[in-house]
Amino acid sequence: MAVLSEEQEMLRNMARDWATKESPVAEFRKVRAAGQPQAYNAYAYAAMAEMGWAGIIIPEAHGGSDFGFLSAGLVVEELGKTLTASPLVATTIAASAILLGGSDEQKAKWLPRLASGETVATLAVEEGTHCDTSAIETSVSGGKLTGKKAFVHEAHGASLFVVAAKDGLYLVEKGDGVSLTTRKLTDQRSHADIQFAGAAAEKLEGGGDSLLGDVLDRARVLSAAEMLGMAQAVFDTTLDYLKQRVQFNQVLATFQALQHRMADLFADLTQMRSAVEAGLQAVDSGFGVARAATIAKAEANRVLHAISNQGIQLHGGIGMTDEFNVGFYLKRARVLEASWGSSSYLKDRFARLSGY
Amino acid sequence: MATQLESDDQTSEDAFRTEVRQFLATNFPDELRCTGNMLAGLDGPTDENPVQKKWREAVGGRGWGTPTWPKEYGGGGLTKGQTRIIEHEFAKVGAYNPIGGMGVMMFGPTLLEYGDERQKLEHIPPICRGEIRWCQGYSEPNAGSDLANLQTFAVDKGDHYLVNGQKTWTSGGQWADKCFAIVRTDRSDKHKGISFMLIDMDAPGVEVRPITMISGTSPFCETFFTDVKVPKENLVGKEGQGWTIGKRLLQHERTNISGGGRLAGMMGQSLGDIAKKYCETGGDGALVNKVLRDKIADLEIRWNSFLLTARRAVEESKAQGGVSEISSVLKKVGTKLAQDRSELLIEIRGFQGLGWEGDEFGDDELEDVRGWLFGKAATIYGGSTEVQNNIIAKRVLGMLDHQ
Repeated sequence: MAVLSEEQEMLRNMARDWATKESPVAEFRKVRAAGQPQAYNAYAYAAMAEMGWAGIIIPEAHGGSDFGFLSAGLVVEELGKTLTASPLVATTIAASAILLGGSDEQKAKWLPRLASGETVATLAVEEGTHCDTSAIETSVSGGKLTGKKAFVHEAHGASLFVVAAKDGLYLVEKGDGVSLTTRKLTDQRSHADIQFAGAAAEKLEGGGDSLLGDVLDRARVLSAAEMLGMAQAVFDTTLDYLKQRVQFNQVLATFQALQHRMADLFADLTQMRSAVEAGLQAVDSGFGVARAATIAKAEANRVLHAISNQGIQLHGGIGMTDEFNVGFYLKRARVLEASWGSSSYLKDRFARLSGY
Repeated sequence: MATQLESDDQTSEDAFRTEVRQFLATNFPDELRCTGNMLAGLDGPTDENPVQKKWREAVGGRGWGTPTWPKEYGGGGLTKGQTRIIEHEFAKVGAYNPIGGMGVMMFGPTLLEYGDERQKLEHIPPICRGEIRWCQGYSEPNAGSDLANLQTFAVDKGDHYLVNGQKTWTSGGQWADKCFAIVRTDRSDKHKGISFMLIDMDAPGVEVRPITMISGTSPFCETFFTDVKVPKENLVGKEGQGWTIGKRLLQHERTNISGGGRLAGMMGQSLGDIAKKYCETGGDGALVNKVLRDKIADLEIRWNSFLLTARRAVEESKAQGGVSEISSVLKKVGTKLAQDRSELLIEIRGFQGLGWEGDEFGDDELEDVRGWLFGKAATIYGGSTEVQNNIIAKRVLGMLDHQ
């Protein structure tokens, strides 16, 4: 754990407390059972916004607390531990786009609404099955945006989209010319393909040529923070289970083969935490963001992949049942691994950033 | 108020930086620029030329080679901030720290913690001046990972102990002046029967035989003790306290094997950049062999998060005032990554990366081959990877003792 300020410790403890008491995995089961396409509890998100979590990266002048990405990551990590379904990450990513590229007017209009939880927003970049910013066809003419976006996170709850077009990022409100097709993914959260047919769009003029890349890096570190919470939760649950389960008249934790596997996973988790926290800190400092975010998400992908698989294996048969939570983490893990760059994408990006 | 304090700190740091720069301008000879082997204290004889000697004496005289150690024992008595300034300014002009070896890395910190006043005054100042080389008498033929099984025995003879037994893997034993050793003083208790004592390597009855390794070098020795007299005042701590003291020393060893400047130094040399010299690149400068490129990126990403982990361990232990629990991970991960890196370097260079000797090979190529071979020891010594896994499972994760 990075060395935190007093405010950050308080924020983390508050989030941990709330997630444990108000939003355990049982709450995600309720969301799943309700079967609503938006796939989160609106009251829970309102409570989160009430506590200021939707405005952590937003300046005080626009209704936020301006605590930065490391602080946002602390909250997201705690929510990831209990698989809390909410549009917090999506909205924070969208807010970062407006912060980086929005005009004073756009910031004044949208940031207070995002911070208060009144508006849910999300980023729509991909047009195919993979992260590929070079294949964007969406275009804008006369303030009307046309194109198709695929697998957009939290699309059902969102009323504002930050949409990547050929020539930059645009704000599009849900309404005329915006239609959703639900895509049910394995994590049973909100995803949709979106058809924009001449929807009214307003460009984010600031932020320069690197705006989309900069926003994606913020998406990477925040998703990595969620993944860190998930990996930690699976690891802790698995360790507890190994200390309870008895076979051959001894608890599994006494078997050296399992001790060493857990030591390996602990080392991986330690590496992941360092990379993710450094990614969040890099965004706050503004130094070496592309590289740090790539490392953060690549390590998050690698380690959560391994831990989510071992979580099932080490639980044995019970890990395969829907009644047990560990499978939910596996299913959410793969969706997040595919988001904003798979492992192979990120390794390719790292090599390019390093000049080979 | 806070701002005032910060600016005071700033002023004193600036003054210290100036002092370091003046010291370097006066004392650091140009011909030593970018030379110096950080491991010189471990794997080579002490053969300084007069220029190197003068540089060692200049740094050692100020205690700047051991900057955070107390001034009364010859250390620098400096803060961590001042230490960083020294490291930074030295690095800027390509100056190495001539004070090193096991005395600095392991023995000194342990003696400062457990030694009595007389022992500290006798042994610490020569370490700070780089005058005495220490070696480690720990492992024995039947006490490797099961170190507490050691059998070298010290019989109490009143004013001295009489020591008999054999140590092995004594790093730099053939060049060392003194040895810090753990020996048995009581056979009735495995752990509480161990004591920590200091033995002169030139005492009668000490015999050292270098062991040739797969890398062709002989940095390790077998050390035999036959009726060696060790004065009572060379016992550190109490009789039977050796296991506690010895383990504390191993913590220093692990931190040094895994972390710090040595690994950070390797970071400067990107595997990608090396690969571009040996392997085909396309018009965009990218490696044509995409499988190799993927392997390199994969390793470098993990290497980066290792360095971040090492940094986090330092920050955490500073904030908590104790050793961070992740320090147990560093040795295991750092040594494995270093081995993976050496293997990948061979794949990058092909046959040119497998040279044993000959002018057709560059110095860096030959050094890396020897490093690849010798590096296999890193996951064995200082507590093997398997022992580290046991430590993590039991101490950190609270998994019960295996049978």
